[in-house]
Amino acid sequence: MITLENVTKRYGQFTAVNDISFVAQSGKVTGFLGPNGAGKSTSMRIMVGLTPQDGGDALIGGYRFADIPNPSRHVGVLLDASAQHDGRTGREVLRLSAETMGMGLGRVEEMLTLVGLSGPESKRRVRNYSLGMRQRLGIANALMGDPSVLILDEPVNGLDPAGIHWMRGLLRSFAAKGGTVLLSSHLLHEVEMIADEMVLIGRGKIVARGTKEELLQTRGTYVKPEDPEALQKALQAASIEAVPSGDGGFRSDSEPIEVGRAAAAAGVVLAELKAAEGAGLEEMFLQLTSDHARDSITPEGVQV
Amino acid sequence: MSTTAATAGAPFGTLDISTTSKVPLLRLVKVEMRKMIDTRSGLWLIIAIVAITALITVIFFFAAPDDDRVFLNYIGIMATPQGFLLPVMGILLITQEWTQRTGMVTFTLEPHRGKVIAAKVIAALVFGLLAVLVATVIASIATGVSGAPGAWADIGSDDFAKFTLLQVTGVLQGLAFGLIFLNSAAAIVTFFVLPIAFSIVASLWGALEDIAPWVDLGTSQVPLFEGTNLTGEQWWQVLTGTVIWVVLPFLAGLIRVLRAELK
Repeated sequence: MITLENVTKRYGQFTAVNDISFVAQSGKVTGFLGPNGAGKSTSMRIMVGLTPQDGGDALIGGYRFADIPNPSRHVGVLLDASAQHDGRTGREVLRLSAETMGMGLGRVEEMLTLVGLSGPESKRRVRNYSLGMRQRLGIANALMGDPSVLILDEPVNGLDPAGIHWMRGLLRSFAAKGGTVLLSSHLLHEVEMIADEMVLIGRGKIVARGTKEELLQTRGTYVKPEDPEALQKALQAASIEAVPSGDGGFRSDSEPIEVGRAAAAAGVVLAELKAAEGAGLEEMFLQLTSDHARDSITPEGVQV
Repeated sequence: MSTTAATAGAPFGTLDISTTSKVPLLRLVKVEMRKMIDTRSGLWLIIAIVAITALITVIFFFAAPDDDRVFLNYIGIMATPQGFLLPVMGILLITQEWTQRTGMVTFTLEPHRGKVIAAKVIAALVFGLLAVLVATVIASIATGVSGAPGAWADIGSDDFAKFTLLQVTGVLQGLAFGLIFLNSAAAIVTFFVLPIAFSIVASLWGALEDIAPWVDLGTSQVPLFEGTNLTGEQWWQVLTGTVIWVVLPFLAGLIRVLRAELK
């Protein structure tokens, strides 16, 4: 379990992380979502003590990261897949970590196999690795110490669809065994597939959090009439706001039953009438973060 | 959340750290030593140190008059090339964590940065002492081959101590410059250019030349190369030079690293 309480980090006038609090539960995959520069990486670096925070507490399983003896045996961390020595082979990178943690060399081979980098690829220098291979190597590094908590910054970045599918299976089974997973991303479709819970961050502030279902709950209607003009008039008459969706249909914030009644009252024939599909996490996410961005531009600066 | 975490078994969501022990310093030292030789650049630097030590011995063997081919002279000429290369090794051991950004992993595996730096210092010193050992072995072989009269004369433990002191100081200075700059190029260039700049300024400004033995490590170390006994004042000069060029930069660099944000 990862607990952040009122964590704040400032760089001069700029507040990169602004009083954020959230909990990533054991047994769940928590997605940490936000556009680039929202404060995800800074928050994650604070969790593992690489960046000192200006206020608040970041605890992992009840402890500050630095207070956990041999922390890699409890917390697997991947913050930047490209932060590896170009001149070392994949196997050597893992070997250094394994030796530091006190894991046997057999564990190195085990991890290389797990992430599909065993064989000749393990002997190539990281310089010659693609981003996807570096991500796999980083995952192997994070899992090396058999941890119960994973903190992964943009782990899906650079993976091909098969790789994303693999990562999903890996992280879901990790969580199913009671592990805690926190992974960040700026690409929502990827995380949508993996995470149980989501924390949305924009401009250093938490803008929304909850389960995927909670966040996706939407109101509204999609309606497609035989005669668009007739329906538009009918809706106006019933004071229902609707916007053309471009395919001869309309979207409205009202419930389908209300739209249906208005159409029936005016005798308009409908080809389709249904509850609007979830706007999509991405749309909501963009809206939330841009709303937040607008709110925060005040005469006092970026802080609200 | 239970606040009685001390009771048997960890409450849900809390880590059970009772069976995990800290990473021992010795293990970190081993890892840091490995980091010095597990890349081509690191390995070649070590090979270069050994090869140049051997090469200069061969050159000296052919260039020097028979009578000069004695053990102390062999050891003496090795001090210079090793003195150039060992600090570079110290610099790279620190700066690779920043230039290659591996520090994000290193300082996550062991968040107590002082401990990691301590391991690096010990690892670099071990390599420095190995260099001294290699120098001694090569010098002994060369002396044996030379067979000059009195080749083994006048060798005292203080000669080894001085040679070791020079190399160890060089390694530590490299580490210190690495810690201050956290950048290979800047640290190496400064390490080599600063003494030259100092002597140029000193040659133009007489006052500085007078105090040079006290403030310029290169000048104060000269007697250590010469195989003569140092006077009390000369030892004090070695000390002040070392404080200015090694101890103070090291402390400043250490403070910088302990506070730095790693990204």
